[in-house]
Amino acid sequence: MSEARKKVEGITKESTQAMIDHAMEIYPEKAKKKRAPHLAPNEGEGACVKSNRKTVPGIMSARGCAYAGAKGVVWGPIRDMVHVSHGPVGCGWYSWGTRRNMMSGINGVTQFGMQFTSDFQEKDIVYGGDKKLRTLLEEAQTLFPLAKGISVLSECPVGLIGDDINSVAKVASKELDIPIIPCNCEGFRGVSQSLGHHISNDTIRDHIIGTREFAEPESPYDIALIGDYNIGGDVWSVKPLLEEIGLNVKAVWTGDGELEKIAATHKVKLNLIHCYRSMNYMCRVMEEKYGIPWLEFNFFGPTKIRESLRKIADQFDDYIKEKVEAVIAKYDPIMQAVIDEYRPRLEGKTVMLYVGGLRPRHTVNAYGDLGMTVVGSGYEFAHGDDYERTSVEMPEATVIYDDASEHELEEFVNTLRPDLVGSGIKEKYLFQKMGIPFRQMHSWDYSGPYHAYNGFPIFARDVDMAVNSPTWNLVKSPF
Amino acid sequence: MTAETAVKYVTETPQEDIERVKNWINSEEYKEKNFARQALVINPPHACQPLGAELAAHGFEGALPFVHGSQGCASYYRSTFNRHFREPAAAVSDAMTEDGAVFGGQNNLHEGLENAYTIYKPKMIPIFTSCMPEVIGDDLTAFIKNAKNKGIVPQDFPLPYANTPSFNGSHIHGYDSMLLSILQTLTEGKKVEGRCTGKLNLLPGFDCNTGNYREYKKILEAFGIPYTVLADISEVFDSPLDGTYKPYPGGTKLDEAADSINGKVTMTLAPFSTTKTFTWIKENYSGKHVSLPTPFGVAKTDEFVLQLSKLFGKPVPESVKAERGRAVDAMTDAHQYIHGKKFALYGDPDYLLGYVSFLLEMGAKPWHIICSKGSKKFQKECQALLDGSADGKGCTIYLSKDLWHMRSLVVTDPVDAMIGDTHGKFAARDANIPLFRFGFPIFDRVNLHRAPLVGYQGAINMLTTICNKFIEVRDETCEDKYFEMMR
Repeated sequence: MSEARKKVEGITKESTQAMIDHAMEIYPEKAKKKRAPHLAPNEGEGACVKSNRKTVPGIMSARGCAYAGAKGVVWGPIRDMVHVSHGPVGCGWYSWGTRRNMMSGINGVTQFGMQFTSDFQEKDIVYGGDKKLRTLLEEAQTLFPLAKGISVLSECPVGLIGDDINSVAKVASKELDIPIIPCNCEGFRGVSQSLGHHISNDTIRDHIIGTREFAEPESPYDIALIGDYNIGGDVWSVKPLLEEIGLNVKAVWTGDGELEKIAATHKVKLNLIHCYRSMNYMCRVMEEKYGIPWLEFNFFGPTKIRESLRKIADQFDDYIKEKVEAVIAKYDPIMQAVIDEYRPRLEGKTVMLYVGGLRPRHTVNAYGDLGMTVVGSGYEFAHGDDYERTSVEMPEATVIYDDASEHELEEFVNTLRPDLVGSGIKEKYLFQKMGIPFRQMHSWDYSGPYHAYNGFPIFARDVDMAVNSPTWNLVKSPF
Repeated sequence: MTAETAVKYVTETPQEDIERVKNWINSEEYKEKNFARQALVINPPHACQPLGAELAAHGFEGALPFVHGSQGCASYYRSTFNRHFREPAAAVSDAMTEDGAVFGGQNNLHEGLENAYTIYKPKMIPIFTSCMPEVIGDDLTAFIKNAKNKGIVPQDFPLPYANTPSFNGSHIHGYDSMLLSILQTLTEGKKVEGRCTGKLNLLPGFDCNTGNYREYKKILEAFGIPYTVLADISEVFDSPLDGTYKPYPGGTKLDEAADSINGKVTMTLAPFSTTKTFTWIKENYSGKHVSLPTPFGVAKTDEFVLQLSKLFGKPVPESVKAERGRAVDAMTDAHQYIHGKKFALYGDPDYLLGYVSFLLEMGAKPWHIICSKGSKKFQKECQALLDGSADGKGCTIYLSKDLWHMRSLVVTDPVDAMIGDTHGKFAARDANIPLFRFGFPIFDRVNLHRAPLVGYQGAINMLTTICNKFIEVRDETCEDKYFEMMR
């Protein structure tokens, strides 16, 4: 970013550090030592916090597990596959329909947004679940003949009892003549959802990519949309925009995704990646193995959309460049009208974010478009490269937090008293009880889409609705 | 070799195949194949044990539920309660990872206890397990003893713990195990010979309707019966918004829970989700022990009210009598909108028996009854209810079946509506029938957990919801010429 680093009145490196120190006071020595490096004032470049470390026991983390990253994030959204939660009943039940990765198709016929599980019982733990798995794969194929494939997503016990889902999948795949992908994403692996993303990427690399090709002739404008999970219909906002600028979106990873198109993605000319954290692995694989370049983009808010569209155009010829300019010219006034409506109601308001993936940095400027300033941001499961990308987006000396505990968030919010908190379901009601407006930024709070030009008006409306709801005026009781 | 290396192209599923399968999954033939499943479970309506354990733990004053296991488990349970109640759910985990599998989870547990105790200042930390420590065989008894001996928490700090393996039973069994351990811990050494608190100890069981708790209290207060609810989640998951966040906004007072062992009467209203706890109570608690079905509908509420009157020697209060009368009035007024209607039901045993009892009272038919984790005992009791009414004829109970089975049932043998939780909405949509969300969890409607289903008021609530929906459907779907002022 070329512009001068943004400053927020009243926030200095010292004030932020004092706030962090205060939050740490209550911690036992060991916990303090572990947690302190994960919290810091923004330095404007580089990763200012430590990340991707084990969660400190007992601190009330918001993190999920590797299974959550595999089922909920990467595999679950692929619509034409049966995704089996292999192990006890709970994991699949909790992650059933709770991420809002929308799917087209007919439920149970061409689309399988359901909860498939081997529902492990004591005897499966004692004798192993491989036989059961073999049987259920066959049952799945019988009952869902149009499914294009089956993923087997391991829960904790599977890895602990030494089941071999890989060989079961291999044999069954051959016998049933359908792709069956074993994914060893047991929840105890790694430190967060993040390893689940990585493991899932690896299984796509090992079992999927390169196994299909597109039937239609190639074009120089063939691209894949990577790391958009169609939360609240995001893909259905992004894909038409990319098509409007002349690109052919050949595959989406993995929102409303189709297995065979994902399998043929090695034939595209460019990978456009939205969620870097969960999908950079496969972008790198496709770059190394197939020479496909990849480009990060940000479709939150008109400023970043414009910037990203031009960055995308730079990868192509004048045909696309002209279309991009025409699209920007078309949408600029529409977006300006949205800003004109909402900005006066939101100007000068402050926001704190605590989310996953990319939103703690990608949405910063969308709030900026509405006249709002993000005064704190952090991730549940980010790595150093995410924080590097975040520091340049955030104002100077604002607080950055990694795997924040509920206590830390509460302290920071109490001190900074933002006008809005954007985080997850576990945080939502805590902050609302404090009388602070809140939007769920994982699930778009049952709204959306928020991506691209169709998403921004909805985002603006939702933020305004939260911040300016008259219900907040009733919190203080007259008696 | 050549076959393997030949290029495979991306295919589109032919429209005729889609049409064929779309029709096929609604057929009797499909139903047969679906019911022949041996291994695959699809859309089960039950969760795992630790979820229930967390609910029981939340029901006590200052209690911080503590998951011994992976942090992902804790996040799943918490989000489930957040979504259902639209309330915070403070709970921690000790974040076991791969090294825990090798060395066991004691270090995690001890570090977690130290941090949770210091940071969140709970009055009690109920501990329960998810899969990992159960599979590797962690010895919780020893770990917890060591924690106290090491001074991580004071010797007298209550650390009840329960083994709640997810590969056994369901959330109601986890609830039972955790509640049992909490009561055992809190009442230890508290029994005083000859002492009687004069109180009723009430066990509502695994019940995520905060309105139900308030309804029980209303009835007890009308009687003037002093009570202790074990475990009382009503304030915890229905706390006022006043600008301050309280991690422990309610719950049964620990000293009251401790003294409950000296109660006058201990009554469970959820025999299936408090089985172990109640068995232990019968052996250890003073006073009388009474097990009643969850009071759904008039007859079951009558039973509850009569027992209260008898056990405490108090006449049934006028307000309760009047409420009964109003319920019967409402039921009589509305009977024509529900009489003869067929329902498909699924859920936990205690709730299911309640639905069945209520529907039969209304002359409706509980046609398909699925209990995904039901026992023979449940089947027997449910069958007895069906056999006791002419409307029970032809109704079928299915054990160990899921909501994909339910889908086959409602598309091949149609009913007028379903009763259950949010998870049934797909089957209900495919069958084009309303779903009444009386169960747990409810992720897609607001405030339903605040409207009681138990007691006379609960019967009125259920009846109103059901009948008005049927009338609405008629208004929305009838031809113009049949659209009329009155219904």
